[in-house]
Amino acid sequence: MKKKLDKLAELLFITSAIICVLALLLIMIFIFYKGAPSILETGVFKFLFGVEWQPRAEVFGILPMITASVLVTIGAILIGAPVGVLTATFIVYLAPKRIGNILKTATDVLASIPSVIYGFFGLMIIIPFIDRFLAGGAGGNSILAAIIILSIMILPTVISISESSMREVDISYRDASLALGATKISTIFKVMIPSAFSGIMAAVILGVGRALGEAMAVILVSGNAPFMPDSILAPVRTMSANIALEMGYASGAHQEALFGTGVVLFVFIFIINFIFYIVKHKGGVKN
Amino acid sequence: MDSITKIKTENLELFYGEVQALKNINLDIKEKEVTALIGPSGCGKSTFLKTINRMNDLIVGCKINGKVIFDDIDIYGQDIDIITLRKKIGMVFQKPNPFKMSIYDNIAYGPRIHGVKKKSSLDEIVEKSLRKAFIWDEVKDRLKTNALSLSGGQQQRLCIARALAVDPEVVLMDEPTSALDPISTLKIEDLISELKKNYTIIIVTHNMQQGARISDRTAFFLSGEVIEYDLTDTIFTNPKNPKTEEYITGRFG
Repeated sequence: MKKKLDKLAELLFITSAIICVLALLLIMIFIFYKGAPSILETGVFKFLFGVEWQPRAEVFGILPMITASVLVTIGAILIGAPVGVLTATFIVYLAPKRIGNILKTATDVLASIPSVIYGFFGLMIIIPFIDRFLAGGAGGNSILAAIIILSIMILPTVISISESSMREVDISYRDASLALGATKISTIFKVMIPSAFSGIMAAVILGVGRALGEAMAVILVSGNAPFMPDSILAPVRTMSANIALEMGYASGAHQEALFGTGVVLFVFIFIINFIFYIVKHKGGVKN
Repeated sequence: MDSITKIKTENLELFYGEVQALKNINLDIKEKEVTALIGPSGCGKSTFLKTINRMNDLIVGCKINGKVIFDDIDIYGQDIDIITLRKKIGMVFQKPNPFKMSIYDNIAYGPRIHGVKKKSSLDEIVEKSLRKAFIWDEVKDRLKTNALSLSGGQQQRLCIARALAVDPEVVLMDEPTSALDPISTLKIEDLISELKKNYTIIIVTHNMQQGARISDRTAFFLSGEVIEYDLTDTIFTNPKNPKTEEYITGRFG
């Protein structure tokens, strides 16, 4: 009886694991199956580097979307990564325990806010601000608005993963550094953070993934114009926004081109994860 | 006792919150000698060691009364620069803890934070420190490799070299060989005997034979008190306190 139960439990675990892997495989196959023909039909080069997106004329070039995704993501990382890493540093090494706990709770709450709320916040606060003070009334839906919202949205990811990687650093490193006469701050920046470097990089890379994939909040603040941006205040449409915006009514070649956009996005995410894997394993010098 | 006193404690007491970890410690530690601190776990010997370079400052709720006098200055007095103090009083820890960086950078870390920038000076300090710690020949061809690739014993000698690189006068060692194999332990013991020509060394050890082998004086700690402090020979052959005798003959601890 006990043996049978054991077997059953094992089966349950294996099934769960298989479901997980199967889901990934199915999504991959599905997206490539639906999207790849469209890319090939348009021509890989034309699809990736075409600057015109006109579904009705069946012209599908997604360079504006790729550009938008890349710019928005880079911007979000440039702001979000340093803020997140420094917050994690503060929580782990500098803040009194109570304040650290408050900050951690705040971070967790930040992570649990639905993305549509972020978008709504951007719409009501950030866009009017940009419109009034930076764009001079020309409208605030822009790359900048998306960057600001995304840099807030990636904070929880960056903070919690850098925090846990900093906590993994042997505390005796700190003691060794202090015992040599180093100050607290130079101990943090010259010993502790470098020792957690691979984990911090992993945190940043996951942040990139989050920023790249976000659709809802971006749709609400970025203006969604499928054109090449000419300034940081220009409205743009990212790849994920492109899919989310048009999938509802698209059909035929148009729908396939959206799946094609999905394929490109997927490849981007895949590359990010690959880098994540490399960084994680390269930093793993065992003691 | 005709040698010079390097460190002297006067009625030193230490509390962790409500718990008293050190009671009325009065010790005279002599210059360029090896002083061993022995006693069972939790007797306060490591705690005492950490009062000397003020590492207990890091512990929340830790309170200290009395004096620790280092070269005629009370290190718990006002206007004490902890950075200078820790530069003069180096420390080696129980577990080898080289930083996750190259062998060279591990040694150069201390001098760099104290303002040495010139490459040639750093090169010189690195070589000198590694030689002093008897590890130069083993690592001279791979100074750029990660220090964590060394064996445990090598790592510990590297940590000693790292402590020596900022040119301390005193080196505190907190059970430096407890995580090492017998051969590495022996190497470190030889090293300690060599180092005492130039440095004052205070070593906490669990290993009584080690204390007997390498130290000039020994303090026996029990429940936060110093039960007996004398020349090592006297402690191990002719202890005055029966508790000391019980401990060194292995009846408890």
